Amino acid sequence: MRRLRVAALLLACAAGAGAQAGEPAPPRVDARRLDYGLQPRQIAPGTWVLEGAVEDFSRANGCNIINTAFIATGEGVVVINTGPSRLYGEQQRRAIARVTDEPVRQVLNLNLHPDYFLGNQAWDDVPTQALAGSIAGMRAEGAAYEDNLYRLCGDWMRATRASPARQALQPQTLRLGRHRLELRRLHGHTPDDLVLLDHHTGVLFAGGLVFARRVPTTPHADMAAWLASLDTLAQWQAQGLFQTVVPSHGPVHAGLLGIEQTRDWLLWLRQLMQDGAERGMDLGELMQQPVPARFAHWGAQPAELRRSLAQWYPGHEQRALGRPK
Amino acid sequence: MLLAGALCGLGPLHAAQDDPLGSPQWPTLRRQYLDGAPVRFTDAMRVRTPAFADDALNVPVQIDGRALAGTGGGIRRILVLADRNPIREVLGFEPLRALPVLAFRMRMEQASPVRALAQTHDGQWHAGGVMVQAAGGGCTVPGASRADGSWRNTLNQVQARIFPNAMEGSRRLRVRVMHPMDTGLVAGIPAFHLEHLELADALGQPWWRLELHEPVSENPILTLELPTAGPQEFRLLGRDNNGNRIDAEVRA
Repeated sequence: MRRLRVAALLLACAAGAGAQAGEPAPPRVDARRLDYGLQPRQIAPGTWVLEGAVEDFSRANGCNIINTAFIATGEGVVVINTGPSRLYGEQQRRAIARVTDEPVRQVLNLNLHPDYFLGNQAWDDVPTQALAGSIAGMRAEGAAYEDNLYRLCGDWMRATRASPARQALQPQTLRLGRHRLELRRLHGHTPDDLVLLDHHTGVLFAGGLVFARRVPTTPHADMAAWLASLDTLAQWQAQGLFQTVVPSHGPVHAGLLGIEQTRDWLLWLRQLMQDGAERGMDLGELMQQPVPARFAHWGAQPAELRRSLAQWYPGHEQRALGRPK
Repeated sequence: MLLAGALCGLGPLHAAQDDPLGSPQWPTLRRQYLDGAPVRFTDAMRVRTPAFADDALNVPVQIDGRALAGTGGGIRRILVLADRNPIREVLGFEPLRALPVLAFRMRMEQASPVRALAQTHDGQWHAGGVMVQAAGGGCTVPGASRADGSWRNTLNQVQARIFPNAMEGSRRLRVRVMHPMDTGLVAGIPAFHLEHLELADALGQPWWRLELHEPVSENPILTLELPTAGPQEFRLLGRDNNGNRIDAEVRA
């Protein structure tokens, strides 16, 4: 089965649709023309990714730090995530049209974070869908996302207005052409994490639950739930339900790499905070500690670690101080 | 005319150049808080913060003047100032019998230098500081306990614990005092903040004193360093600007 899929992948690549499979093709960003330089790269039959920088938001990368994707099923295109801005959504739409003539039938936002849905404005004429909790979060936080990203990204955000997904999605299985797309709800990275499993290609679109070579972001995270969801994904992998993982941040990869890296990071971070609080460390001291070598070269280091500590460590400190008098 | 303009520019320009952070506010800070006294800029008065303040309501700051122990008879007091905060005075710290080391969190309204100005017993001022980048807005939004009203249930409650092995040569004391620390810069919410805190032993001797101002974060968590030898039992005493008193037992 596995060999068949690889053979199909090689054939598809030989046909020359989109960029060649293999190593990620970092986008060629042109800040003067506000061009994200999106390069669809085929990773499986009918399946392409648009890979963002494995970094933190910055003007230099156009604040494009997310992997979006699309599947041309034979019965219409399914788009996965729409990027950090209106401009991104527009350029994504043109990039897809360069690769396939099929009409786009639906757009999925895998969670409530801004780079998953701020490009929705470019998809006004297509159903945009997300889990109900994600839509509620997009509505509640949309204005704050705009403020933050206009500040961080400047002109790249021109004319962007948060446009939450319009249709609430139930977990379900879609049969489109030869693709059987299973939409499942997990949680932990955010309260509603949509993951898409394509049984035809063995590709898992893991959203924000899996990070690879990039420090996980935690602003809406529940650590225990996240770890449980990673266990679930690892079980699916053991059952042979997928071979390839498309994380929202970090390179597309095979097998458990990203799942294990994400779990390793979360467990290390939790231990760091528990030990730090019991030793009486202050937040500022913890922020200045060097990270272990295995994490040091990851994208968005140390900014993302500091954000997680600012968010979570005060709770650990307060528990370590004991009951009030 | 050109010459006069250039000359007029010289005074403040020079003063700002003396300041390693090149802050245009420095000359007025020096006039307002130090009476224009001479200041020596030195790395011996350390200020540590993250380079970017992700949470502008809770920016962690650590000041450390241990390197000045042998200078001018040691540190008498330390002033912490933020040049570009609407309220620039953050706190005053008299280490007394404690080490001249303090960690706390503060609100920042925008990117600003954060400075620690230490006066040694000979009267000389020693200045350390860092530039902190911030998204800002920290002084003009209500804190969480003000926003949800929960401050009423916890006002002036104290949590405290002594950690014997956190720092070489000290017993670390961490205290948290529940207080909304309203800056007075949020519409309809007058300034309401802790003003004075000190740690006293059983004989009433003070071990350190703090004057707190509006920019100190809500529910302040303060980290101080006591000598390894000394009493095991203290009282934390203090008051806020409405006259509410703080009086809590602190024991190892």
